[in-house]
Amino acid sequence: MREEGRPISAATDAETTGGSGGLEVRGLRVTTRTGVPVVDGVDLTVPARTVLGLVGESGSGKTTVGTALLGGTRRGLRVAAGSVLIDGTDVTRLDETQLRRWRGSRVSYVPQDPTTALDPAMRVGRQVREVLDCHDYGSGPDERAARVREAFEEVGLPGDEAFAARYPHQLSGGQQQRVCIATAFATWPSLVVLDEPTTGLDVTTQSLVLGTVRQLTQRHGCAALYISHDLAVVSEISDAVAVLYAGSVVEQAPTAELVHRPRHPYTARLVAAVPDLDGRRALRGIPGGAPSPSGRPDGCRFAPRCALVVDECTTELPALREVAQDHLARCIRSAEVTAAEVGDRRRQHAGPGDVLLSVEDLSARYGVVQVLRGLSLRVPRGACVALLGESGSGKTTLARTIAGLHTEASGTLRLGDEVLPFGAHARSRGTRAAVAYIFQNPYSSLNPRRTVGESVGRPLRVLRDVRGDELERRVGEMLERVYLPARYAGRFPDQLSGGERQRVAVARALIAEPELLVCDEITSALDVSVQANIVGLIEEFRRDLGLTLLFVTHDIALVRNVAQQVAVLQQGSIVEDASTDELFEHPSHDYTRELLETTPRLAT
Amino acid sequence: MSGAPPLGGGGPSVDPGTADLAPGLLRRSWAVGRTKVGLALTLLVVAVAVVGPFVAPESETGFVGLANVRDAPGTLFGTDNIGRDVWSRFLYGGISLLWLSALCTIIGVGSGLLVALLAGYSRTWVDEVLMRTTDVFLAFPAIVLALLFLAVFQPQPWTVVLTVAAGHAPRVARVMRAAVLDVAGRDYVRSAESMGLRRWPIRLGDLLPNVTGPLMVESGLRLTYSVGLVAGLGFLGLSGLEADQADWGQMINENRVAFEVQPWAVLLPVVAIGLLTVGTNLVADGIARAAAGTDREVAE
Amino acid sequence: MTLGRLVGRRLLIGAFILAVVSVLVFGASLLLPGDAARAVLGRSASPDRLEIVRAQMHLDDPPLLRYLSWAGDLLTGDLGSSTVSQEPVLDLIAGRSGNSLLLMAIAALVATPLSLLLGTWSALRRDKAADHLTSMGTLVLASLPEFVVGIVLIFVFSTGLLSWFPAVVSSTEGILEQPAVLVLPVATLVLAVSPYITRMMRATMLEVLDSDFVHQARMNGVPERSVLWRHAVPNAIGPVAQVIALQLAYLAGGIVLVEFLFDYPGIGEGIITAVDARDIPTLQALVMLVAAFYVLVNLLADVVGVLANPRLRTAGA
Repeated sequence: MREEGRPISAATDAETTGGSGGLEVRGLRVTTRTGVPVVDGVDLTVPARTVLGLVGESGSGKTTVGTALLGGTRRGLRVAAGSVLIDGTDVTRLDETQLRRWRGSRVSYVPQDPTTALDPAMRVGRQVREVLDCHDYGSGPDERAARVREAFEEVGLPGDEAFAARYPHQLSGGQQQRVCIATAFATWPSLVVLDEPTTGLDVTTQSLVLGTVRQLTQRHGCAALYISHDLAVVSEISDAVAVLYAGSVVEQAPTAELVHRPRHPYTARLVAAVPDLDGRRALRGIPGGAPSPSGRPDGCRFAPRCALVVDECTTELPALREVAQDHLARCIRSAEVTAAEVGDRRRQHAGPGDVLLSVEDLSARYGVVQVLRGLSLRVPRGACVALLGESGSGKTTLARTIAGLHTEASGTLRLGDEVLPFGAHARSRGTRAAVAYIFQNPYSSLNPRRTVGESVGRPLRVLRDVRGDELERRVGEMLERVYLPARYAGRFPDQLSGGERQRVAVARALIAEPELLVCDEITSALDVSVQANIVGLIEEFRRDLGLTLLFVTHDIALVRNVAQQVAVLQQGSIVEDASTDELFEHPSHDYTRELLETTPRLAT
Repeated sequence: MSGAPPLGGGGPSVDPGTADLAPGLLRRSWAVGRTKVGLALTLLVVAVAVVGPFVAPESETGFVGLANVRDAPGTLFGTDNIGRDVWSRFLYGGISLLWLSALCTIIGVGSGLLVALLAGYSRTWVDEVLMRTTDVFLAFPAIVLALLFLAVFQPQPWTVVLTVAAGHAPRVARVMRAAVLDVAGRDYVRSAESMGLRRWPIRLGDLLPNVTGPLMVESGLRLTYSVGLVAGLGFLGLSGLEADQADWGQMINENRVAFEVQPWAVLLPVVAIGLLTVGTNLVADGIARAAAGTDREVAE
Repeated sequence: MTLGRLVGRRLLIGAFILAVVSVLVFGASLLLPGDAARAVLGRSASPDRLEIVRAQMHLDDPPLLRYLSWAGDLLTGDLGSSTVSQEPVLDLIAGRSGNSLLLMAIAALVATPLSLLLGTWSALRRDKAADHLTSMGTLVLASLPEFVVGIVLIFVFSTGLLSWFPAVVSSTEGILEQPAVLVLPVATLVLAVSPYITRMMRATMLEVLDSDFVHQARMNGVPERSVLWRHAVPNAIGPVAQVIALQLAYLAGGIVLVEFLFDYPGIGEGIITAVDARDIPTLQALVMLVAAFYVLVNLLADVVGVLANPRLRTAGA
């Protein structure tokens, strides 16, 4: 089957010295024009017919690795050293013309965001066809037209003319991504590089896309590199996983081996930071943060954050050595690395507390669109209640209505015994102070023109009339409680990282001593290790201050580790509302079951 | 969930050197080469206009010789259309252009900004009404509108200022409204709303400080166009100033008939006006470039 | 919304705008202080002249009636008579309109392809010497008022250094009989309008060339020439087309100063003359003409914008 339709591409006459097929990267180093290494010390092996997952958090350089494999670095970067062997040919040694012939035909790239990666002015069929045309696929136009149809059908899209004549904006996100995948596999490449292709897709679509990629890799017999920040997703699709930290590969092993018997401290901590859907493992963050490319320490780059660090770690960068069969790790103490423990998580059940927030028959709309349809909810005092839903479910609208930010609503909101008006300005100061809100995006929730101190202190000034020295003192105190130095009060938001900004947002939310804290996807924009830290912080406050939390999220695994009660939203209605353990062990609604089935788990 | 407390800041801080204080736009603009050149040109012309009257050899209206003599004795650039000293008239003629243009800009930008703050952050119908109204005014070039009103109201300095400002306001409103809308969608505005703050305190405290970048750029552009329009109206003979007052635009009008014979009377003001408009536009462009450099998303 | 409905809606909005403008234009005449007729004719007007003008301007009727009758006349082609020469305004502006249109058309035909090519060319040579030069050049030209550009051109090519072209238009011959007079006015207009289009084209091209789908096309191995012509240019056309249309509309304003400078017998010069003489009926008719032109060109810009944007083109499909 592989011979049929094999392209007579010009690249076959390049030096294929009996290649082993697949991908081999040795010592890849990519620097900026001024010599700062973004990626440094990357070795990867991906045999044909296998999928290697490349996992890394922000700043790890994973996207740079991906594009370097096609010889296509973004502006300002260049490949300084190393080799990238695809089917035996080193693509870093190819000139522009040869490289262009390789790209799209022997090695292809599936981008992260299909909505911007497809030309909005060109029909989708034509875009696939274009790649076939410019690589002289097959023997003629008819064969290419047939191949386009076939490519669409391979990814589960209709192969007819009508569909191919559509423009990208007429397709859903999942369909757009499948067009990109079809384009990537259309020319029967030897290597496919996928860069976080399921970000932004809902869980069900994500599951379909992952299945498609797995299938195609097998059928085409090619090698695939799946780049992601999400270890759970990666472990579902990959045969082996490589972990990237601060620009170099720190561990590579078969998936199950890596998850259960990690041999690098970072990997172990990373696994521990991934929320466990089955609720058996506690959630733990990693202290500190990853170094920026210009700030990487000599020696092991993880040393500043490592619990197993000794003096030798900081003097010399360890080599990537084989520590077990097919298992490589870059650590001199790899034998002592232990996996995260299971079974030390407390059971989650809601206490018998009285009801703090009561939502009765709430409906809300945006103009003519109905978003919430008469839902009801009870939030007990002191508990963490999760609002679980995908995009479009209405969860953010519900959160905003409760906070007084959305007024096109009807129904009743009650805080304790008091009925809440819908607009925040109509509420008493006491009520406004009692309900606090933390936003999703730490980059837009702080006014860039105000210092951290001014932003944090604003609720106290506006709602409790605190001024002057007293205000300054309390702001400093609050910053320290979120584990930021008090002197940060004089800094501006753009001097802080994402995780630090979110801590500032937490400080601002809590400074006026609210009773109810609404968290709207507060960790979605953060790395998983930082997420675990923020979540831990919130949980700490809940226990110490008796806070009630309303935790809005789409991440079902996170819910298991955070909440005592879960309300599942689908298209504006609550379809299931139960204690966490109850919901996960005995889900009663089909939608909940579907979510549980399609959400990726770390490999067992 | 684990009982272990999270440690540390949860991420590296950006080097303080790369992210100076947010209000550093002016400082960053200065770093752009063209801003310096633009500022130099502008200040040069402003200096001539302001200091000119004090160093002019002759009076503004005194006769020094026969009309339109290019190299009349005792003068630097000869005489104008009725025999006055061109150089002196030139030195006297800049200040009226400057203060008229400045007024036009301030009033035009100010009113446009007000409309933008109202329209960009309000209940829907206010926005609609304001924008449709500005659409009408955008429906033709400023100069035609100005001419119509000057025909009715007689050219006088204040009518010139009002009509030119009225030409600026809709355009400024459009641009600033887009900026205000963008900022109004950010979460920190929602945060202020959740504290119960009302619309005007939010406009002044959260929206306005965050649109100063586009505001500075627009102001620079409007100043450029104000100079062009005011000088243009003077050139058409409609500046509304006294007939014998020295004014660059008016000088061009008075002396263009004799341009072939005595070019200086026209060239001097033309060059000055040209340098001024280029200067202000370079400054505006420099600020725009500096602002664009920082509006890029902070990469994680 | 289909193209037909979009055009229909824009036409309605355009008509509404014209209506509002007509009210403003008419209102301007109402606001003449004192006795309108005397204001127009001046202090030394004879009673007979005053009577004629009063009747002409229907000064004794209520304002609404006067507006409606004026608007009605306008729509039926009766533009009134000039208070200066007593000739029908229509005759006065017919020839002028033709001359102005000629000037604008030539300027547009020269400026548009020139700017588009220059903008694309400098985008492809980003940050090189050629790009910096073009960028500086367009910035300087964009800052200069048109009459400054015109006077410099006259100085260099006409009266000062060289004598290639005439500086003023002879009023005895028609324009087409003295084509050389078109050169400098056209050049001035082209220099006034091109910088904006060039800069817009460059900026749009750069944005498109940096976009994700162009990056993806390169990752797919598409040759650079195809990337440029099949992906970049089609996506750059939309925003640029609107700017071009607006610049061409702007020509209608720029033309006032340019015609005045070169004594070119067009609408612009007509407006100035009417303003000087306070010939309100002529002025009103001319302003409405300019407004109508503007509305039409804006409509064209919107249509082009929709055609170029597949999202809008297929809406409702």
